[in-house]
Amino acid sequence: MKFLDEYRDAGACRKVADLIAHTTTKPWTIMEICGGQTHSIVKYGIDELLPKEITLVHGPGCPVCVTSVELIDKAIEIASKPNVIFCSFGDMLRVPGTKTDLLSVKAAGGELRIVYSPLDALEIARREIHKQVVFFAVGFETTAPANAMAVYQALKQGVSNFSMLVSHVLVPPAIEAILSSPGNRVQGFLAAGHVCTVMGYKEYEPIARKYGVPIVVTGFEPLDILQGIQIVVRQLEGGRAEVENQYSRSVRRDGNEPAQKLITEVFCVVSRKWRGLGEIAQSGLGLKEKHREYDAEQCFGLADMKIEESTECISGQILQGVRKPKECPAFGVRCTPEHPLGATMVSSEGTCAAYYRYRRHGNLISN
Amino acid sequence: MCLAIPGKILSITNDDQLLRSGRVRFGGVVKEVNLAFVPEAGIDDYVIVHAGFAIGKLDEKEAMQVFEYLKEISEFGDAEVEPR
Repeated sequence: MKFLDEYRDAGACRKVADLIAHTTTKPWTIMEICGGQTHSIVKYGIDELLPKEITLVHGPGCPVCVTSVELIDKAIEIASKPNVIFCSFGDMLRVPGTKTDLLSVKAAGGELRIVYSPLDALEIARREIHKQVVFFAVGFETTAPANAMAVYQALKQGVSNFSMLVSHVLVPPAIEAILSSPGNRVQGFLAAGHVCTVMGYKEYEPIARKYGVPIVVTGFEPLDILQGIQIVVRQLEGGRAEVENQYSRSVRRDGNEPAQKLITEVFCVVSRKWRGLGEIAQSGLGLKEKHREYDAEQCFGLADMKIEESTECISGQILQGVRKPKECPAFGVRCTPEHPLGATMVSSEGTCAAYYRYRRHGNLISN
Repeated sequence: MCLAIPGKILSITNDDQLLRSGRVRFGGVVKEVNLAFVPEAGIDDYVIVHAGFAIGKLDEKEAMQVFEYLKEISEFGDAEVEPR
């Protein structure tokens, strides 16, 4: 496929890897924020093409992974109610809540539908007018325009049996939380290309300046990721800390303005709890007060339900890049994609799931 | 989750502002995609699609940059980029 295959060319990838090796003189730790990039890195073995001085750590950019236990429990509560059709992206169904998961609710007779787009959920609401249709709106900035559009269309078309359980998170506050943590060892970032396709990259410029870290907007194919790393290393070696754009075929500095306009129309910035990281101020999107009739937490009286996390899972440290999956005693033993203890094992973009899928038997080439 | 894939617009099926949509081809698969956020994109343009929505139009010229850069490196000679 055009715009994909050419960025998977092994020869081009090796050239960029050689260039990175040629540029690197000191040890550097670089974090890719996005779970999609983590998946590519582990799948294609990109980390193993890099010189030993470069350590890649994997960031919190998987919305499935960082959705709080509290919201999962709220989803389970709503999905268990009669007369409700609960719609979700497929990978949320196996995320463990306090006692159970959404898939078990479905097995027990709950009406759950896996949808590809929030507009599919809205279409179900139009057809099933005697049922309450609730969409589990998880995601980073990439997904926010789609979810905003579903609310906007519901409003314009007078669909009143539709609501959203919103668990939207934002990337820049997470980067700041990682950089201001006392244990931080990240010296440069690959920013998430599709988040920036929507939002642009202006808001990263003050972060790069304040913390003195290079931030490079990067795509998802192996050649994109290697080039992103090469630009970060070139900045680190040259003592620079700027925002650069590797993924310029998709990302402009101002982002997608029509999409941002609709996001601002429907959502406002709120504090949000991240699984494994705790509450981060101003780190999420919630529905604006004027759209509260579409807020499932309000509709089902769950706004005050509070649940604290407690599990042996170390996903919080994994999500901050402090520890790697193999350092967890439960990894691959008590915690597998079939029986996940925590969220980083659930989604295929979760760091633990990627390591389980591609690395649990070690690496055949280097071992 | 932020997975988005490039596809080519084959036709515009609805040109109403918010409901703007079209048929988009991804390799061998054709899907109806909402095009409200890419008013500048038309037939034969490539867009990047996430959760049923085009979130950006792909820039063909920018897409070539990395290959032009690699070509430049090669023209300088392989010795320039040999690993240490």
